Amino acid sequence: MTSTTVAPGREALQWVHIRTVARTDLKQLAQARDYWIPMLILGALFFVFVPTVLLLTITQIGSVDAVSQISQILDVLPESASRQIPGDTGAGRAGYALAVYLFAPVAVVVPITISTAVGAATIVGERERGTGEFLAHSPAGIREIFLGKLLASLIPGYLTTVIGFGVYALIVNTIVGPDVGGWFFPTRQWWILMLWVVPPFLALTLSLVLRLSAKVKSTAAAQQASALVSLPLIIVAYSQATGSLYGGDAVAWYIGGVAWLLAIVALWRGVRSVTRARLLGVADEK
Amino acid sequence: MNAITSTPADTLGGVPTPEPVVLLEKVTKAFGPAMALADLNLRVPSGQITVLLGPNGAGKTTAIRTITGAFSPDSGVIKVFGLDPTMQGREVRSRCGVVSAKPSLYDRLSGQDNLRYSAELHGLGRGPGVDARIAHCARRFGIDEALDNQVGGYSTGMKTRLALARSILHQPELLLYDEPTSGLDPESSHAVLELIREMTNDGSTVMMCTHLLLEAEGLADQVVILQDGSDIIDGSPDALTKRFWPEAMVRLSTDDPVALDALAHHEGVVAYERADHVATLRLDRPERIPDLVFALTAAGSRVTRVEPHEPTLEDLYFAVRQASGHTRLGAVDGSTV
Repeated sequence: MTSTTVAPGREALQWVHIRTVARTDLKQLAQARDYWIPMLILGALFFVFVPTVLLLTITQIGSVDAVSQISQILDVLPESASRQIPGDTGAGRAGYALAVYLFAPVAVVVPITISTAVGAATIVGERERGTGEFLAHSPAGIREIFLGKLLASLIPGYLTTVIGFGVYALIVNTIVGPDVGGWFFPTRQWWILMLWVVPPFLALTLSLVLRLSAKVKSTAAAQQASALVSLPLIIVAYSQATGSLYGGDAVAWYIGGVAWLLAIVALWRGVRSVTRARLLGVADEK
Repeated sequence: MNAITSTPADTLGGVPTPEPVVLLEKVTKAFGPAMALADLNLRVPSGQITVLLGPNGAGKTTAIRTITGAFSPDSGVIKVFGLDPTMQGREVRSRCGVVSAKPSLYDRLSGQDNLRYSAELHGLGRGPGVDARIAHCARRFGIDEALDNQVGGYSTGMKTRLALARSILHQPELLLYDEPTSGLDPESSHAVLELIREMTNDGSTVMMCTHLLLEAEGLADQVVILQDGSDIIDGSPDALTKRFWPEAMVRLSTDDPVALDALAHHEGVVAYERADHVATLRLDRPERIPDLVFALTAAGSRVTRVEPHEPTLEDLYFAVRQASGHTRLGAVDGSTV
């Protein structure tokens, strides 16, 4: 039998281990209604309920006050963004601006909130339930366990967002489309936002959250600490996501690129924070 | 950690002995100021059941965690299957089956999913072949009918059985059991210990930790007694018993104390004590017992009790603890160290 000698935690990554850890965590999440029901409610609230009410108010009911207020917002949009808004009526232009620019941060808030809630408990939870012992004695490498758990935290948030995004597109096109000359959403900037800007912000947040999850002593502490980390990131992501839509394609690509770089550094540091000793609940191993 | 030297076989008094499955030499491990392992020496021979005995905090669990490479030792030499678990941990862990004091099962998953998780991490993959293997292992531990239920609804005994089934799924060469009967009722404990005994029939090597002496009684091929992270003594139960009780012991009872007292001067009697009508005698060899009974009946006494005394592991444990204080007594003839 051949055997390899490598530094602890530096074995070659085996995708099958990453996939198995992720799939098992997701399976457990699916069994936990107390996790995914609030997740669905959050997604529905941001992607369906709030936009529907606002857009219907503006375009169908024709609330003069609301249209007037939104029109004022159009005045403060950057020139480049303002120029792209089609439509002849105030209601149509206001609806378009709401749909394309003002709901953009929702695409960031929802996945980060959901994924943080899942990720905060993922490593410390193994320790609290005693299942960390099983993983610590398994052939899975520590980096594989970390990446598997990262995926299992990332997928629910991102999946909710992608599905919510689809439903949201349907809603805004149905409600606002007739006033602006047909279906218009998603715009090119939204595609870049969803596929290039949101994923690294999510990975960056989760790397920090998983790192915290490995270090704290209880799930409650992990959730408290995660809120401290994710709230500033949500604010940064909020402003950057909005800016990426306002500023055109180049800005979006640039913001996404920087976010990816930060995410990679955070991932690299996050992986190193998890050890078998931490899975076993021993924090001060040399 | 010190460099590991590879030797095909060790020697004991010039006689080559097979390389042990697990070898620990002067292993230390500290957590902050607390010393979990202090110069621990351990040899686990192939195909046998080695029981680590010791009170809580003696270092039994840390020893297991060090053997699988979950912990790195601060110093000393560790070899498992001739490999260094710190540097070759993946291979070592893939050849070990571990059951910890808490069964380490996922309550939200079914028994089947718990076993599948382990199977996949150990590289068995998925599919009908693996499911058949899962069913076989579950059946062996009498848990097959509950496999579709969520583990959260299992009793403690069922969880232990599932954890045991999981530990043998990938047909490991070394089984590491840390207080596997913790929290079980006597009947379930007995059943689990019987199953562990059967493991060695398949050629597996078993290392089991316990602080329950009755568990090790009749199960252990080799006993290692730990205290404060060090091994105090090790050897086969018979060899250890002979060391602490080199003479045979018998309790005799008659209706004639005078006749009993006469036995104090009988040939082969090394020591004699009497309390009322019961005498405790130490003999140079057990074959003397019929002669003593004959002597009593020849003197006209009615013998009411003949009880050869065989020390239990509990007797042994306390004798060792009493004799050692905190010093290492070493290995005993017949042991592998």
